[in-house]
Amino acid sequence: MSETLAVTRVPLDDYAELLGAGEIEELRALAKPLRGRSIQMVNSTAVGGGVAEILMRLVPLAEELDLNIKWEVMSGGEDFFEVTKSFHNALHGAPYHASPRDFKIFQAYSERNRATLPLDAEFVVIHDPQPAALIDARRPGANHWVWRCHIDLSHPHRGVWDFLETYVSRYDAAMFSSPEFSRQLAIPQYLFYPAIDPLSEKNCALDPHFTAQILARYQLDSQRPILTQISRFDRLKDPVGVIRAYRIVKRYFDCQLVLAGGSASDDPEGAVVLKEVLREANNDPDIRVIELPAWAPLEVNALQRASTIVIQKSLREGFGLTVSEALWKKKPVVASAVGGIPIQIIHKHTGMLAHSVEGTAYQIRFLLSHPEIAAKLGEHGHEHVKENFLITQKLKRYLTLFRTLAEGSSSVL
Amino acid sequence: MNTAETPFQFVTVSYLTRIGNQSAGTLAELLTGLENCSDASIFHHTYQTLGSHHFLTEGFSNDFAQWLLADTNRNDLAEQLAALDIRDYASIAALRSDLCRMVGDFCEAFPHFASQSALARFYFCESVEVTAPLGRSARTLDEFKEGVEHLSHAGFYFHFISSRLRLQLQTNDFSHWLSNGLGLRTLADSVNHIDIYTNTLDGSRSKLLRLIDQERRRV
Repeated sequence: MSETLAVTRVPLDDYAELLGAGEIEELRALAKPLRGRSIQMVNSTAVGGGVAEILMRLVPLAEELDLNIKWEVMSGGEDFFEVTKSFHNALHGAPYHASPRDFKIFQAYSERNRATLPLDAEFVVIHDPQPAALIDARRPGANHWVWRCHIDLSHPHRGVWDFLETYVSRYDAAMFSSPEFSRQLAIPQYLFYPAIDPLSEKNCALDPHFTAQILARYQLDSQRPILTQISRFDRLKDPVGVIRAYRIVKRYFDCQLVLAGGSASDDPEGAVVLKEVLREANNDPDIRVIELPAWAPLEVNALQRASTIVIQKSLREGFGLTVSEALWKKKPVVASAVGGIPIQIIHKHTGMLAHSVEGTAYQIRFLLSHPEIAAKLGEHGHEHVKENFLITQKLKRYLTLFRTLAEGSSSVL
Repeated sequence: MNTAETPFQFVTVSYLTRIGNQSAGTLAELLTGLENCSDASIFHHTYQTLGSHHFLTEGFSNDFAQWLLADTNRNDLAEQLAALDIRDYASIAALRSDLCRMVGDFCEAFPHFASQSALARFYFCESVEVTAPLGRSARTLDEFKEGVEHLSHAGFYFHFISSRLRLQLQTNDFSHWLSNGLGLRTLADSVNHIDIYTNTLDGSRSKLLRLIDQERRRV
């Protein structure tokens, strides 16, 4: 069965201390003409994954502004999610053999959900490809449908994209996380960044005693530099490359390396990568490979806060919100110039970009040699996140979008 | 204390970024883009970026210059474009003309650089604007000061930076009202001289508040 999710209300005023009362007043002013108007957010999962995590925080904040917002989750059997996973990978550019059966399964579940979901709000926001075909339920009238795509469509599998485009082109607008991820479409396309919540367990301020406990638990020495990459054990995150960069840095600085990510126990490929990482680490006493539980926000928070430099040496990346998490904590970040990372890291302003193992090592050495520059990058990075990648900014973008849809597009000039 | 006949109405603004269908992978393509993109696109990459990156006060003044620096390694041209000051322009057409002239001259002087591929493409985007009245107004300098103190970054940016284009004058909403509403021309001038490139929005606001305090002490 499809379901409507109830979420816990978060007082918007709790954010005023971090952002300033003016920012909250601004949200209320922008929302005023939208009070009581109906909005539906539709995705395919209630827990796990970045979209659910964002909606969990965004929906209650919108309620705080007196918007009549509901979060609906579409239902599907195993066969549907197998097909949508193949579609997801194919849209990312992975090889895929298009099968008419897959398209039929996708359409059949879409039809079932159209029959059960009450898709009658004034503003309907459909997240990602899984529920994209729900657009068939759109009734003639004044409601507005928009499609929020969280994945990189820069090199999609042609057959899957052609199929999906027949639905996407009927929306009023589409939103992407980076201009690079967008497609040539006849409908307006907008830039919508993913966001972090500064009050969530992963990003809130921590008691220094707790951080010290976490360091002690993993036998890390707070007196020596700590380099950290937080990511699952996946070749695209290049953990082996991180160790190689660390070894170059280690020739000049007595530092430690932390590679921390979700457990690889239920992910066969992750287990293989973890073995490769341990082999590369070769029992180096200053390398900590940490398998975190699936949900360990406080540990991630503490490890990021305790780090001297945070690394994100991905070979490919969606948006890479771990970068924003580190920047929010005022950490200097050295990261690869891939996916959405250059949007967060403005080279030499909010962090350092690199294109290789050697480049990553060089930037780390530079920042360890110039702590005053590292601190400045961290300060600027924090401001960049505050201005662009917080959940409150995301809410502001949605308010602006709904008003643009309702009132018509207004150019600045 | 002076009281203005027409009150200052505090407003805030929010922008959506619309992704355009143009992008550039070389200097020659950047020039074509600059010649053909919408006015809203030139605004987005110059005026609006100054608001969204206001915390950077060294070397980041517009998206074109930053792309030239970070993705094409053309420091010389980047420096020229970064030196453009939006306060010198009362129209987008004039700003576009100077941008095109600088990039065009460079491509002509160094044709071998014009077709070199950049590390990453430049995507032309546009700003879509929604404004919202904050329900606060000022008739006196005290009320004005209180309103400025309560403004969000976006509200401050709207009145202090983007207003220059709206007014089609080389001034901003604050100076315009201080001069025409309260008759405080010297204060208006000093406010208009606050450097938005070397100060953050918070820094500019602090300077503005200090200037108001000086005026209040004087009166």
